[in-house]
Amino acid sequence: MLITSEVKKLPGVENVVVGMGTDYNLDSLKRLHLFQPEMSKATPSDLMLCVQAKDEKIADELLKTAEKMLTAKKSKTGRGEESKPHTLEKAFQGAPESNVVLISVPGAFDAREAEFALRHDKHVMMFSDNVSIEEELHLKELACKKGLLLMGPDCGTAIINNVPLAFANQVRRGPIGLVAASGTGLQEVTSIIHTLGSGISQAIGVGGRDLSEKVGGLMTILAVKALAHDDATKVLVLISKPPAETTLMKLYKELQNVKKPVVIYFIGADPRVIETEGHTAAANLEDAAIKACKLADVKKAGPLMPAKEIDGLAKKHSVKGKYLRALYSGGTLCDEAQRLLLSPLKEIHSNTPIKGARELKDVYQSKGHVILDLGDDLFTRGKAHPMIDPSYRQERLIQECSDPDTGLIILDVVLGYGSHLDMAGAMCEAIRQAGAKGKRRPVIAATICGTAEDLQGYEKQKQTLEEAGVVVFPSNVSLVKFVQATLTREAKK
Amino acid sequence: MNNLLKLFQSNISVINVGLPSFADDLKKQGVPVVTLDWRPPAGGNTKLLGLLDKVKRHQAKLGY
Repeated sequence: MLITSEVKKLPGVENVVVGMGTDYNLDSLKRLHLFQPEMSKATPSDLMLCVQAKDEKIADELLKTAEKMLTAKKSKTGRGEESKPHTLEKAFQGAPESNVVLISVPGAFDAREAEFALRHDKHVMMFSDNVSIEEELHLKELACKKGLLLMGPDCGTAIINNVPLAFANQVRRGPIGLVAASGTGLQEVTSIIHTLGSGISQAIGVGGRDLSEKVGGLMTILAVKALAHDDATKVLVLISKPPAETTLMKLYKELQNVKKPVVIYFIGADPRVIETEGHTAAANLEDAAIKACKLADVKKAGPLMPAKEIDGLAKKHSVKGKYLRALYSGGTLCDEAQRLLLSPLKEIHSNTPIKGARELKDVYQSKGHVILDLGDDLFTRGKAHPMIDPSYRQERLIQECSDPDTGLIILDVVLGYGSHLDMAGAMCEAIRQAGAKGKRRPVIAATICGTAEDLQGYEKQKQTLEEAGVVVFPSNVSLVKFVQATLTREAKK
Repeated sequence: MNNLLKLFQSNISVINVGLPSFADDLKKQGVPVVTLDWRPPAGGNTKLLGLLDKVKRHQAKLGY
């Protein structure tokens, strides 16, 4: 809960947990040594306020403040607002011009609401992720029959007609249309395209399973067909994990009818096959943005940070501990880091290991080189996503600082709508806390995913990180190259 | 596909079902948005919900 991070900022507080009495939250309290025997009676419908402070008086004050914050929020939303419809049916009657339904309600109900919206000719974006693949197929078949978008399930990012939906960045309009089965991948590529000087016509998220054998790329194919006919789109970009073979064949067949250049980044796929099909293969997310810009309207587009500058920064920083500890909030960025670092670092552990990496047995305790996706279900059960709530990442950052084996910590700061308003500040607060506890300071580096137009202020976030001694990179790839240069140089010593 | 091409030429107007922060972000951009005061249908009882859906389908067939 966001209130946790707000209360943590108050003077005299050592730790705070505000959450429902779920099994996950009770386990977290045990891990943080905050568990009290009477808490075992808590149920998932009970709200728990746990505070650890310097003394009892401060703890009592903090509990009162937390209670005030909770009730203030309630009265704010309860008063003075016009009455809201309870059902989609009523909402459509009140706003017949509505064309997109954004769904983020718990599983068991989300598919039902999505179907209702599709049957009423509305496009749907499903942020909810608790939908079976059979339900997804059913919804996408219905959507395709009607020529409607069904973005998702588990779709966190889209930009339609220059409107960022859910987690998305403020980018200019332009000639590049994207279709992606990856949320942070889409954020990274659209942001870099903007920074390089081009812009986005449409950015359509399709959900991580769209190119699976079962779903058969239904939404990707519909979106590709539409972008191929869209006058504002001059170049197409496709981003996904490698599709299932049968789906890939269907997609390539469809792409034969597209008369516009297509840039493809199928994470981990063989680029030669893509090139043989006549498309442009990208080596990573930044490369996809560069190649799309070159094909569109920015002929001189190149890496946001030249290799020389990355090497220079790597030479300036020597690490004392042996290992990398990567604390990502973005799943695709975590995946990209693993792919690029697996060969140079040889052994990587992760909670979401790619092929060749090892599964981290205890996800709460790092061992060797670790690259974590803190947005994975394991860490988010009963809590907000780490792009919204920084509390666990702060805790983990302090923990990694205290491990003598940690040489380098890296993290992502994702800007844009939906995200925390000062993630850089929250991370720096944890760095300061680690320093105050006298813990040894490893090298800390970060990438900012976002644009100068984002509401958090790109330069402000960068400055905050740099003032705390964090080395900042403009893309995930440049950050990863810095890691590679730093750690391989240390290994040779 | 025509519906999708039509969307690309339209002003976006959103119905938000779930997280209020998504609606707040859209309002900040000046995008028209209606937020549903969403509650689990049939009080969250999936069995009862299935029966209600069955009644609705039957009513639709009869032209209600």
